[in-house]
Amino acid sequence: MRKIRLIARLDIKGPNLIKGIHLEGLRVIGPPNEHAIRYYLEGADELIYMDCVASLYGRNSLGDIVQSAAKDVFVPMTVGGGIRSVDDATYLLRSGADKVAVNTAAVANPRLISDIARRFGSQCMVLSIEAKQIGTDHWEVYTNNGREKTGLDVIQWVKQGVELGAGEILLTSVDREGTRKGFDIPMIRAVTREVGVPVIASGGMGKPDDVLDAVHTGGADAVAMADILHYRRAAVGDIRRAAMSGGIEVRAYERP
Amino acid sequence: MDYGVGNLLSVRRALEHCGAHVSVTADPDALLSAPRVILPGVGAFANAMAELHARGLDEVSKEIAARGIPLLGICLGMQMLLDESEEFGVTAGLGLVAGQVVPVPTATAAGEPHKIPHIGWNSLVLPPERKNWTGTLVEEIARDEAVYFVHTFMAPPADPRDRVADCLYGGIRIPAVIQRDNVIGCQFHPEKSGEVGLKILRAFLERS
Repeated sequence: MRKIRLIARLDIKGPNLIKGIHLEGLRVIGPPNEHAIRYYLEGADELIYMDCVASLYGRNSLGDIVQSAAKDVFVPMTVGGGIRSVDDATYLLRSGADKVAVNTAAVANPRLISDIARRFGSQCMVLSIEAKQIGTDHWEVYTNNGREKTGLDVIQWVKQGVELGAGEILLTSVDREGTRKGFDIPMIRAVTREVGVPVIASGGMGKPDDVLDAVHTGGADAVAMADILHYRRAAVGDIRRAAMSGGIEVRAYERP
Repeated sequence: MDYGVGNLLSVRRALEHCGAHVSVTADPDALLSAPRVILPGVGAFANAMAELHARGLDEVSKEIAARGIPLLGICLGMQMLLDESEEFGVTAGLGLVAGQVVPVPTATAAGEPHKIPHIGWNSLVLPPERKNWTGTLVEEIARDEAVYFVHTFMAPPADPRDRVADCLYGGIRIPAVIQRDNVIGCQFHPEKSGEVGLKILRAFLERS
């Protein structure tokens, strides 16, 4: 069985790590890389940086934050928020990112998915999807940090994205995000059933045991954790132990 | 060794974190006078070999190997150490470790399809021919510690004695560390493998 990845997600606004509810009402948590280093040392398998105001370049931008993280964080980093072109992706990958996550620009121009996948390989191209439930077993794709409706059906969009070359899906439930109510398991299940690429479940993790449902019932390959880590409601190690006692294979890790 | 391919920043930062002085260069004299050389690599085999050749760095790599300077190939850099690759037609490699680069099988040992590329954390295990890791880069690594892989092709040495560590993917053995004298290869990314990866880089920095 594949090892399930425990991923720390850091939402960024300007120089700050922030956290909201339903991706809104953002609260400042602190300097992103202090937290990033803590999660790295606690044994996070990967980090995700998402910039909610889409500022890639210059001082205190996403590129700057990732370059600085690359000095102390030695696990894979996925970076997204505001990537509009292959050049933007190139810049972030040269800044120390291993993968880029694209949402809004991919909806506006799906060819961007193929362009990035062709240039850097599918394994670098993460399709980020922000979704809200609009009916039974029905979810709609949102862009611009959960603010704008697109009319796209999540399942159709995931399938199209994978055909275009997306190598991984970051699936964020806007409904659950920041609520601590647990993951949107039916949505995760609906997506993992349709595609062969890895799916990262994001949004709603309230307690360490929530990882069990996401993996056993949802079929997720990875879980993204934000609120639960930022507010120190659990450490990565607690979640790793919960996963192991629930029969999920994770990376063995001992804190240095 | 900078031959215009791939992201060198992460490797550089990891080595610096281990206390190394790092020079990223394509200059043959600098490479030949360095105490140790790393050959990084991402992307396609033929393209990377062409970029090496365009800078004369294929010959420099062979000279580094011949002079006994420790040389570490990472990911595609490990694959390039072999004689040739089947990726998009047969392309000659550096020929420093005998063997041919082949695709990771698309089915598990049990015949079930599995995901390609092989991406993620996977544990290091002893190859069947080897009793221990004494004297290798992974000497200090506990068996079953995991490192981070991202690859579609694999580099099995022709001589099983060149196989230091493997990983198992769907029951298929994939060479993870290979070594022939001073020439070493890691299929995984030590610079992205947390503290275990840093330990492996430190072991390389201690080689002479």
